[in-house]
This record gives sequence, structure tokens and C-alpha cells, in this order.
Amino acid sequence: MLKLPVYLDNNATTPMDPRVLEAMIPYFVEHFGNAASRNHPFGWEAEEAVDYAREQVAKLIGADPKEIIFTSGATEGDNLAIKGVYEMYASKGNHVITATTEHKAVLDTCKHIEKSGGEVTYLQVNSEGLVDLKELEAAIKPTTILVAIMYGNNETGVIQPVKEISTIAKKHGVLFFTDGTQAVGKVPVDVNKDGIDLMAFSAHKMYGPKGVGALYVRRKNPRVKVTAQIDGGGHERAMRSGTLNVPGIVGFGKACELCMQDMESDTLRIQTMRDKLERELLKLEEAYVNGSTQHRLPHVSNISFKYVEGEGLMMGFNKNIAVSSGSACTSASLEPSYVLKALGLGDDLAHSSLRFGLGRFTTDEQIDYTIDKVSTTVLKLREMSPLWEMYKEGVDINAIEWAAH
Amino acid sequence: MAYSDKVIDHYQNPKNVGTLDKSQKNVGTGLVGAPECGDVMRLQIEVDEATGMIKDAKFKTFGCGSAIASSSLATEWLKGKSIDEALTIDNMDIVEELNLPPVKIHCSVLAEDAIKSAINDYRVKNGMEQIKFEESVVH
Repeated sequence: MLKLPVYLDNNATTPMDPRVLEAMIPYFVEHFGNAASRNHPFGWEAEEAVDYAREQVAKLIGADPKEIIFTSGATEGDNLAIKGVYEMYASKGNHVITATTEHKAVLDTCKHIEKSGGEVTYLQVNSEGLVDLKELEAAIKPTTILVAIMYGNNETGVIQPVKEISTIAKKHGVLFFTDGTQAVGKVPVDVNKDGIDLMAFSAHKMYGPKGVGALYVRRKNPRVKVTAQIDGGGHERAMRSGTLNVPGIVGFGKACELCMQDMESDTLRIQTMRDKLERELLKLEEAYVNGSTQHRLPHVSNISFKYVEGEGLMMGFNKNIAVSSGSACTSASLEPSYVLKALGLGDDLAHSSLRFGLGRFTTDEQIDYTIDKVSTTVLKLREMSPLWEMYKEGVDINAIEWAAH
Repeated sequence: MAYSDKVIDHYQNPKNVGTLDKSQKNVGTGLVGAPECGDVMRLQIEVDEATGMIKDAKFKTFGCGSAIASSSLATEWLKGKSIDEALTIDNMDIVEELNLPPVKIHCSVLAEDAIKSAINDYRVKNGMEQIKFEESVVH
């Protein structure tokens, strides 16, 4: 049976798995203790729950529990990793390498360290959205202390060659940080096989609660340290003070356990649906997938429907289908997605894009419904589009001198 | 951000979508906006040469729901007006009628520009002087 509305914005956030909620409930009223209270059973229960969750989280990424620092989410993890390394390794250098398609939490943090005297290299990506390994290696210099490249992109789902990147970083004695927010729990991520030194990720992108995440900080080969960005009671091995969000952490742990347990079957099902959605929508004329289809997360598809505008398109079905668009018609700048532009897409194609993010609770019926609604709306809006008419008449739209705004 | 009922209505049932024959002397065409900005509006008027009244208006728009609604509304308002009366249509009237939020005001400005541009096209075709408008600050 078709269940409406259809939620296909799982890159923004995922619904919480009911099994996660069930695990969390006892830790609000019943076991409400502070995990740092060492002298009574309330504290012990909380600490035990946190320890267990830490193991569940560590296991998902092949880490040691001691290497998990709980945070409020991936944005905090990105900040702690980049600013923390920048401050801790100041005597070694001040140069950070990242890429133009990173999340704002990484890019804005890099801007911050530039303001405080650091130097940042922003690597371009190719039309598939991938960084060039030769360019990366060439950008490394004696003052380089960190390479910060995301695992999977939030807009296109493109997966970077993480292992190759970490090998290059290691060869030059540079730390490697990756924002694993979109990838962890969706594809097998192993900090040792992938050579990751630091990794930020978040519970609410993998069917856990909002407001909790983790930063993985390697303890051996090499032992990595970060300067705390939040000072206080010395929680989380003094890297992140603040009373632990026990119910959130318990939920995060459960979410990780479920992702690990269900990854293979979830991926198979979700990818089959994603591929069907993509195949059917590409039957429309002038529809293009953005980013690599080979190196990509299994649940994401970013498609441009040329000659229709993304926000206008979403309006045709957004009461019943939730997706997001690379168009930024509502933002003050009117600038479309910088990620899509970095792939070399013109502004017009970026304005015409939709991101479909499938998830654990997406059904076949919902995908069929989405294919139908999106196709119908694209055709309807093209009938209304002056650009489509020009294209059909063979007018070269790029040759027109559009009024500059 | 939720759309107003009027925007939704124009989006779902746009008025006067279509194309007039731009080679006709009594048809004025305005094409404004740019694909890079995410909005392109084409607005056309057909003028009754005997009376100077706009007897038909058509539009096609590439853009968000507010841009589609603004142009749809503009064509409705244009029909039955003389070309001089048509020039009095102000973008703020569109904003008010459609309840556009501040971030969507540029859609109404674009519709006003499209009206002026269509009228000027008609005037030039019919040996009249082009009217100079103050450069409107769109984006």
C-alpha cells in the first residue's frame, strides 16, 4: 500500500528507527544519571550505558571504543577535528588541504582558520565530483598538517577515493580527516582499512536521534591529539567537555548496531529502488545525473531536468513528496548549489536539479509514485517553459544575451 | 516556507500559458530574466490596433512557483487594458495580490519588467518611441 507523504530527503535527516527510540526511553526518566557521577548507582548506570554505546559506535567503523569522542553532531566534529588539529599541531605547520565540494561545516571552519593565520588549499573536483590524487599530492608541502576530504558527498552522493587519499597523506606524514556523515552506516567504513586518522559523523543521518554525533580520533599509528574547543569538566578524555547526552548516545549506539546488522540487506533494497527511480526519470528528455554513478552512495541520486527550475518543480508535488533542490531561489544570493557548480555544471543546470535521498523506510510503491509525479510535473512545467520552447525550436539559449541582474 | 493559496492556485491552474506569433505587428514580446538566475519570463501582448486595447496576453515562465504565479497574474491583469494603462501595473500590486514574501519580491519585479519590455517591443514595431524606464534593481 502506498504511504504518503513520501520522504526522499534522507541526506538532510533520517527518521528515527523505532528500535532506537525504544532503546533510548529508559534513559530519560528512569536511568537519568550523569555519566560523570562516579559515586552512586545513578551515575554508574549512565556510564555503563555510554560505554556500551561507545562500543557499538566503534564497532561500526572498526575502531577502538577509546577512539570515540561523543559530540553534538557532525558540525561540531568537523570543527573539533580541523580547529583542534590546527591548534595542536601549530608547531609543525599551518597548512590544510580540503576540496571545494566539502560541506559548509568544513569549508567555513577552514575559512575560520584562514582568518586566524592559517593557509588552506581548496582542491577542485572533476566533472564526476572526484578530487585528483596527483593534484592532492602536489598540494602537500612541508607546512601541511591536515588533509580534510569528505567520504561521501551530501548533494551528489559521490564517494571520494578515501583509501588512496589517506595513503598519500600518510606517505607525507600528514593527518587525514574525513567527514563521514553521509557514508557511515550506509557503506562499509573501516578506519583502519581506509587509513582514517579523524572522522566526524552524526546519529541523525543513520536513523538515530538529532543532537548527537562522534569524532573518531586515532590512538595508534599515529596517536592523534586535538585541542579541545569546548572547555569544562574534562569529559571525553578532555577533548570535549560537557555532560554527556546519555539518551542520545544510547540511541546513537543502537542506530550504529542496526546499521551494521542491516547494512547488506538495506543497501541491496535501497540501491535497487534508487536505480529504478533513476532509470525511469532518465527516460525524460534532457535529464542528467550529476556526479559519478560509479563511485556513489547507494541511496542518493541527483538529477538535473533541463529547462525547468528546481523549486518550481518541487512545488508540483511537495505536499506528497519531500526532496531537495540545488536551486536556491529563496536564498538572498540566488546562487545555486556550489557543489554542483564545482562539477562544472552551468548555473542553469544547477537550478534545475533535484536530490533524491532514499532510506530504510522507502517503499517500492513510493518510488513508483515518485517516478509518476516527478515525470508528470517535469512535462507540465516544460510546456510552460520559454527555454524548453526555444530548445525545441533549435534556438541556442547560450547565444542569447540575457539581461544581467 | 509555505506558499500563499493564490500562488498555489496560479501554479496549479496557470492562466494564459502559451505563445503568440511574435512576427505579427500587433504582438509585443518581452523576454526577461536569465537561466543562470533561475528565472526567465516571456510575456506577450496582442493589441487591437483599432482601439489600442490589449485583447490577449500569454506567458511562459522558467522559474519557481512565485515567478509562474506572478506572470500568470500579470497576463490576467493585462487583458482589456490599453497599453498606457498597462504601464501602471506596479510590482508591489503583484506582491500584495499574491502575498509574496520578501525573498520572492524579485519575481514580481521581473513580471513588471516583462510587461514594460513587451509594451516597448510593441511600440517599436509600430513606429513609436521606446519608453525609457529607470533601471530596476532586480537582484
